[in-house]
Amino acid sequence: MNLQLRASNITKSYHGDRVLKNTSYSFNKSGVYVLTGPNGSGKSTFLRICALLEEPDSGEISFLSDGKLLMNDIAMRRRITLLLPKIGVFNTSVFKNVAYGLKIRGHKSDGIKEKVDKALDFVGLSHKKYQKAITLSSGETQRLGIARALVIDPEILFLDEPTASIDQKNTKIIEDIIIRIKREERVVVVTTHDMAQAERLADFMVIMKEGKINEP
Amino acid sequence: MNSMTEGFLKAFSLIYNLDQELLGIILLSLKVSGAALIISSIIGVPAGAVIGLKKFPGRGFIITLLNTFMGLPPVVVGLFVYLLLSRSGPLGFMGLLYTPSAMVAAQIILALPIVASLCHSAIVAVDPIIGQASITLGATPYQKAVAIIKEARYGILSSVIAGFGRVMAEVGAILIVGGNIAGYTRVMTTTIALETDKGNFELALALGVILLIISLIINIALHLIQRKGMAGTIR
Repeated sequence: MNLQLRASNITKSYHGDRVLKNTSYSFNKSGVYVLTGPNGSGKSTFLRICALLEEPDSGEISFLSDGKLLMNDIAMRRRITLLLPKIGVFNTSVFKNVAYGLKIRGHKSDGIKEKVDKALDFVGLSHKKYQKAITLSSGETQRLGIARALVIDPEILFLDEPTASIDQKNTKIIEDIIIRIKREERVVVVTTHDMAQAERLADFMVIMKEGKINEP
Repeated sequence: MNSMTEGFLKAFSLIYNLDQELLGIILLSLKVSGAALIISSIIGVPAGAVIGLKKFPGRGFIITLLNTFMGLPPVVVGLFVYLLLSRSGPLGFMGLLYTPSAMVAAQIILALPIVASLCHSAIVAVDPIIGQASITLGATPYQKAVAIIKEARYGILSSVIAGFGRVMAEVGAILIVGGNIAGYTRVMTTTIALETDKGNFELALALGVILLIISLIINIALHLIQRKGMAGTIR
């Protein structure tokens, strides 16, 4: 376990509405953390701030490796990734979508091909490799998002409501994928408002209510 | 009616026999409009991209200005370029008036706002989630901008084609600054205007048919690009 995340006293407001109220939490062990709670409890906002996609109004997000505090630079940012609920498919092939994270890191084509093939195989999309990504179904699109995130081998993987917009069959497929990711040495943080799903996936349950975290 | 039919027949004969005068005029038209389009695209696409991607003071004013300039009357542009390039004008020393270069300059002024404005629109139409997705995957701000521009590629290409359509069909500005000199600055649209005045409809009709074909090709290309670009929605 290398990378650890510490969120300290995070506050965030939108148009005067306080969404997060001095929220603190540490993700310091590998496994699946499930952030759960009712709609509007601040789960997604907390996740987006932890994943450095948004700035908090106050408080601090710190990343530590072997006890040392890391600089919040691009090298550090590239050790984590967030899968958004609407993943943002690039209007190109499935292969190129998954290859994106590797390309921007300057990987060579041979290495890219091998890693993309492995990631697509992991999520069961190998047969759609050359298909235009925007033609995938909702469930397949979520799996594409997971492949795109996994291919860059993040030490912390954030999944924001990964099954919110898909049917039961695809929800089961995504849950199985998350359970398989769980066997690897990494931190996975998932948000969901589905308590049953939270119980199926969680190594660590994190309950949010009215912008605060209540550990059970 | 007979003279019109006769005109069409002669026009097709000119096209079929690849009449040298006709070819020269078409070639010059394509050269002038092509050069104007290349320069407009080199300036307009990056300018549209910057306006679409960056927020800076005066951005709204520039967008309004570009949108206004999209509808610039060609004769006004012609007059403006004429005054700039005429012997007593600030750029008169360059001796460009009544040359193809002056025509290119006038067409750049007409095409540039179209290319830049439509390019800007194509970029702002990209779903913001694309930028966010690229950031979450580890993109630098520059790489994020490239990802957005790539998503807007069909719209950007449409903006360039729309600019070409504008300059190919234009007559007022180039007539003023080019002078319609046979074999030197005479292009398709100015020839059509001149030959119609003279009652010589064969050449005018032949050029009209070719202009229509070019316009058709431009519109088919636009349609295909737009259809390809709208082949799906962002997920």
